[in-house]
Amino acid sequence: MAQIYLEVVTPKGSVVSEDVDIVTAPGVDGEFGVLANHAPLLSAIKTGTLIFKKDKGEKYLMVSAGFAEVSNNKITFLVETAEYGHDIDVDRALQAKERAEKRLARDIAHADDLDRIRAEAALQRSVARLAVAQRTTI
Amino acid sequence: MPGLKDVKNKIEGVSKTSQITKAMHMVASAKLRGAEEKMESFRPYAEKFAAAMHNLSGGVSNNQPLMQVREVDSVELIVITSDRGLCGSFNANIVAKAQQLIDQFEAEGKEVTLITVGNKANQAFKRSGKIRKSHKDIMGTFQMFNARQISQSTMTNFLLGEADEVRLVYARFVSMAKQQATATTLLPIQPPEQQEGTEEGTDNKGKGAGSAVEYIYEPDPEQIMDGLLPLHLNVQVYHAMIEVAAGEHAARMAAMDNATNACGDIIKELTQLYNKARQAAITGDLMDIVGGAEALKG
Repeated sequence: MAQIYLEVVTPKGSVVSEDVDIVTAPGVDGEFGVLANHAPLLSAIKTGTLIFKKDKGEKYLMVSAGFAEVSNNKITFLVETAEYGHDIDVDRALQAKERAEKRLARDIAHADDLDRIRAEAALQRSVARLAVAQRTTI
Repeated sequence: MPGLKDVKNKIEGVSKTSQITKAMHMVASAKLRGAEEKMESFRPYAEKFAAAMHNLSGGVSNNQPLMQVREVDSVELIVITSDRGLCGSFNANIVAKAQQLIDQFEAEGKEVTLITVGNKANQAFKRSGKIRKSHKDIMGTFQMFNARQISQSTMTNFLLGEADEVRLVYARFVSMAKQQATATTLLPIQPPEQQEGTEEGTDNKGKGAGSAVEYIYEPDPEQIMDGLLPLHLNVQVYHAMIEVAAGEHAARMAAMDNATNACGDIIKELTQLYNKARQAAITGDLMDIVGGAEALKG
């Protein structure tokens, strides 16, 4: 089966760079899959789970908001964080989730507040982390 | 001729100073390694980012608010220095560069506001009354959200029309021995073809063919640009902060190396002085003894 080269890059370095069979990414308008020789594409990514399959093995990666670019049979993700399930500290993610939820409940009045936006982003990240951690352990 | 004891004390003092400078040199070199690692791991991200910007700019009209070129009445400078001193002329160079720009803009009748990053920039411009925001003690942490805070604040300012142009004043890490104080334009964002021309020259050449390809945009180019441009600012600010952090440690290493060498030279000179004084004292004592013996004989 033809493969596509997947690269996930964060400001802290490259997380994945290998040939894979299929990549499923959380686009802002919904999940999309990318196979080998996909047409050039530039898409915004939201915080969620990135799935890639290789030789029947499936791997999950938590990614935060960013961008994906497909060109020349290569898909590049530019995201601020990318973590494998086994690198995720579940307790910490749970705590972060609780903290963010509390903050959101308290600040319900200031809808456009920077703190609120930040808390929402933190909540999304912790939920995504937990989802990835759960899928990896199964 | 100074007394023996004085010289000895001085030698001791200088050698203690040299121990300290030696230790600081070692600490700086360890920290530099960390900063360089950060720089290395950030490079692929920055390069890919520039390439994506380049590809995208082909499909988008340049009427983004962040790209809007206005008549410049007010300028905001983001001055990035280190938090601590004792690193030679590193911070002084950046501050001088910023001061030069301030003078230049004010001579042209433009209003100047400052965002300072790092304690040294804050100290330098505290009295000028131009500081709009000041970030302290964040240089050592290398956190992306620090850069995000700064870029967000300056972006709002730009969009509100408080500042028509934003410049970034920092020191580029050219090499271990050279850190160049530079100023780059952060806002309005220039189309990436002109920008990054020197730095990403090789990358652009490789991607030259790629930019002609028709991309599928998801959701659409304008929206992607809306998300990409603020990120681009983050990347620029973060990049400048890493460069300054690495440059600080490199400059401190050089400064401490010089200081240790200078200590060595002083110790050498003082030891010679000490030996001379000691010899003079011995000669004097001998003369006394010989004189005394002669007198007894007689």
